[in-house]
Amino acid sequence: MHRRFALKDIYSENRLFLSRIVIIFIVILLLMGAIIARLIYLQITGHEYYVSQANNNRIKISSLPPTRGIIYDRYGKVLADNIPSYSLELTPELIPDITETLTQLKHLLNLSEETLTQFKKQLTRHRSFDSIPLLLQMNDTTVARFAVVQHQFPGVDIHARLIRHYPYGKMAAHLVGYVGRINETELKTLSATRYKGTHSIGKTGIEKAYEEQLHGKPGHAEVETNAQLRPIRVIKSEAPIPGKNLHLTLDIELQNIAYQAFKNHNGAAVAIEIATGDVLSMLSHPGFDPNPFSSGISTKAYNLLQQSDRKPLFDRALKGQYPPGSTLKPFIALAGLQYALIQINTPLFCPGYYQLPNVSHRYRDWKIWGHGFVTLNDAIVQSCDVYFYDLARTLGIDRIHHFLSQFGFGQKTGIDLVGEKSGLLPSRNWKRQNKNLPWYPGETLITGIGQGFMQTTPLQLAVATATLANQGISIRPHLIKPATASEPKPMAEKINIDPAYLSDIINSMINVVHTPKGTAYKLSQNINFKIAGKTGTAQVFTVKQKEKYEAEKLKEKLLDHALFIAFAPANAPEIAVAVIVENGGHGGSTAAPIAKKIIAQYLKKASHHD
Amino acid sequence: MGKGAQRWLDLGFFRFQPSEMIKITTPAAIAWYFSEHALPPRWKELFIALLLVAIPTFLIAKQPDLGTAILIASSGTAVFFFAGISWRIMLSSVVSLIALTPVLWHFMHDYQRARVITFLNPESDPIGRGYHIIQSKIAIGSGGLYGKGWLESTQAKLDFLPERSTDFIFAVFAEEFGLLGCVSLLFLYLLITMRSLYIAVNAQDTFCRLLAGSLSVTFFVYVFVNIGMVIGILPVVGVPLPLISYGGTSMVTLLIGFGIVSLTTALTDLSSLYL
Repeated sequence: MHRRFALKDIYSENRLFLSRIVIIFIVILLLMGAIIARLIYLQITGHEYYVSQANNNRIKISSLPPTRGIIYDRYGKVLADNIPSYSLELTPELIPDITETLTQLKHLLNLSEETLTQFKKQLTRHRSFDSIPLLLQMNDTTVARFAVVQHQFPGVDIHARLIRHYPYGKMAAHLVGYVGRINETELKTLSATRYKGTHSIGKTGIEKAYEEQLHGKPGHAEVETNAQLRPIRVIKSEAPIPGKNLHLTLDIELQNIAYQAFKNHNGAAVAIEIATGDVLSMLSHPGFDPNPFSSGISTKAYNLLQQSDRKPLFDRALKGQYPPGSTLKPFIALAGLQYALIQINTPLFCPGYYQLPNVSHRYRDWKIWGHGFVTLNDAIVQSCDVYFYDLARTLGIDRIHHFLSQFGFGQKTGIDLVGEKSGLLPSRNWKRQNKNLPWYPGETLITGIGQGFMQTTPLQLAVATATLANQGISIRPHLIKPATASEPKPMAEKINIDPAYLSDIINSMINVVHTPKGTAYKLSQNINFKIAGKTGTAQVFTVKQKEKYEAEKLKEKLLDHALFIAFAPANAPEIAVAVIVENGGHGGSTAAPIAKKIIAQYLKKASHHD
Repeated sequence: MGKGAQRWLDLGFFRFQPSEMIKITTPAAIAWYFSEHALPPRWKELFIALLLVAIPTFLIAKQPDLGTAILIASSGTAVFFFAGISWRIMLSSVVSLIALTPVLWHFMHDYQRARVITFLNPESDPIGRGYHIIQSKIAIGSGGLYGKGWLESTQAKLDFLPERSTDFIFAVFAEEFGLLGCVSLLFLYLLITMRSLYIAVNAQDTFCRLLAGSLSVTFFVYVFVNIGMVIGILPVVGVPLPLISYGGTSMVTLLIGFGIVSLTTALTDLSSLYL
């Protein structure tokens, strides 16, 4: 630049600007020319070609939806498959008067007002050449009634399509999950190409967690049609790739045993194979029939399920959070031994209550008159609360929190399902952050017997029990085995516990079941193997000071939850089980028998398979 | 629409695209900066002005909203051009831009790359991404010289054509009104562009001149990029057809732009407003 002084030269600036405007103007004209040339090419030269494309021979690309993968249990029993079903479908663009047609169909087939509203909603979401289902599961009578008059209804057809079927229905409804119509939010996030022609998607359980694999890949066919859009011939097609079949670790027979064992109770049971982490059974009771969901459940039926007092839709095994009650005691005892705060033979006197120094509040034992002198073994076998109040106090909440977290309490187990709850393992920090209060000593005491803030899911409890039975080597539960064996397994973490202490605790847990004083002694009858277990009772209802808990006087709703954790055979553990029976009263009488049935069935089957 | 783009700001009563305003503020900022100095700009001024364009363009392309990024970049480039930068610089930047293409490709989102690939070969994905272009070519081509008539577009009516009221509305227009309609429409666009360029020539000070010139060019870039993509000579980027496409805050910005251009005729010296 030779101009050293940047003085504004208005005249030369004007001239420069004008010349640039002229150049731009020429460029604009050239680009306009390009557009027009292209338009001439498309609209004049290519006109006939494109007209034929548009009018005479429309090429429609129709999507061929893939078949959804089948879900099997560990022995190849079908848990979810696809069965043909007849549906009545309308293609709006082929129907001269859709309102009139709907009115006629309503009279002919006795359609409910709800079906029509549902359909009208669908109508706005689809393109007018899409085939939209009006009735999803037609029975033979309806099919016949319509077939006779079909010629009067252009654009209305009977389609055979595959719908999801769950042969075991209620038995594994939460775990397998169900598919349902794709809703508006899902529609927005789904790949339109992958879900073209598919009407349903996994909503819960395995169906949701493994949607990606179960769905498969759609194929497509380019179909030549005439002006009325009737197909003339298929030009080319690409077959869909069906979804992957899944083999679960679940044993549906075992699940059935658990399901039957629950009778009328609400609750959950989880059984895990210790050596592998395979989830053998995972039941939430009561169940519900998932089949209506795949064919489009009516609002009425859904509300009935949703509003039921027994909450059948809620997956208690995965999402239910309960105080662990006395089932926590073996873990607390182990902490006491590991931190060298107690010795197995040093007794403690249990007067039936426990008091903190200088506080009048009495922390009660469940046995009002007390257990007398108890050793650690007695304390576990008879589930003495006072012993654990004292132990919890010496441990302190910090050590309790640290020790228990190693067993997975307060954390998700990482099972391959969506929506798992993490439970709650309280700590000073947690209380400060969530309640903005300091930790009180009394809260440590009740944490020691698994009450208070502490909450666990049945799945978590089963995993913790399995970890205990597995010599402290942590377990990651799964319903589907990790894809390839060659995949490097994540290093199993081992909790630092002295094996001698572990066997002391396991012995006490055997005594819970196999000695007359044990809280689950009844279980030992008629079995030829040894079970290690622990009963538990979780309070639903707080008993006031100086009052007595009288089960008969309380409504069933307020009865305590019954819990039982167990593993067997005690000397070489193969299966770990956790059972929770809501409002079941005492763990030994309602929860333990369910666990026993599961274990017995598993061991019987294992011996047959060997 | 999703597609990985985060373009909207929800203000409760209406949703606002913050990047819209930048379409005006960017050329205004550079025009003001250049008008404060003698023209043609020197290296230092060029560098600063370049940053003023590059930063918003980069951020919006990252968003990712390629259409808006292109419009902002071109509005900035237009100011440079009108400010009178030398041909040598322009030529060398074009060359270096071409050299940078692979780098640009690296930073593109998957869906943007897919659009470029689709543009180069629409048949490669007839069910998915190529569908737009194939269908819009059928619509335009079948319109012929006179078109099928008002509301007679079969492509649109039978739902073959997606986004027919927004970005692809030109295809429907072409099908219904034919080549004659298209040429008339283009002529109207040309009139608007010429009129605003004329205003720019007559503007009294540098700022007004540069801004009005730049806004006129941007208006034309809108038209060209949109129609270019619909007729298949440019890749598919989300740019609406000005004054015709349905909705969007882009209409508001466009009208604000017209307002500013008109204002320059009313004021002999716009800079007196803020000096």
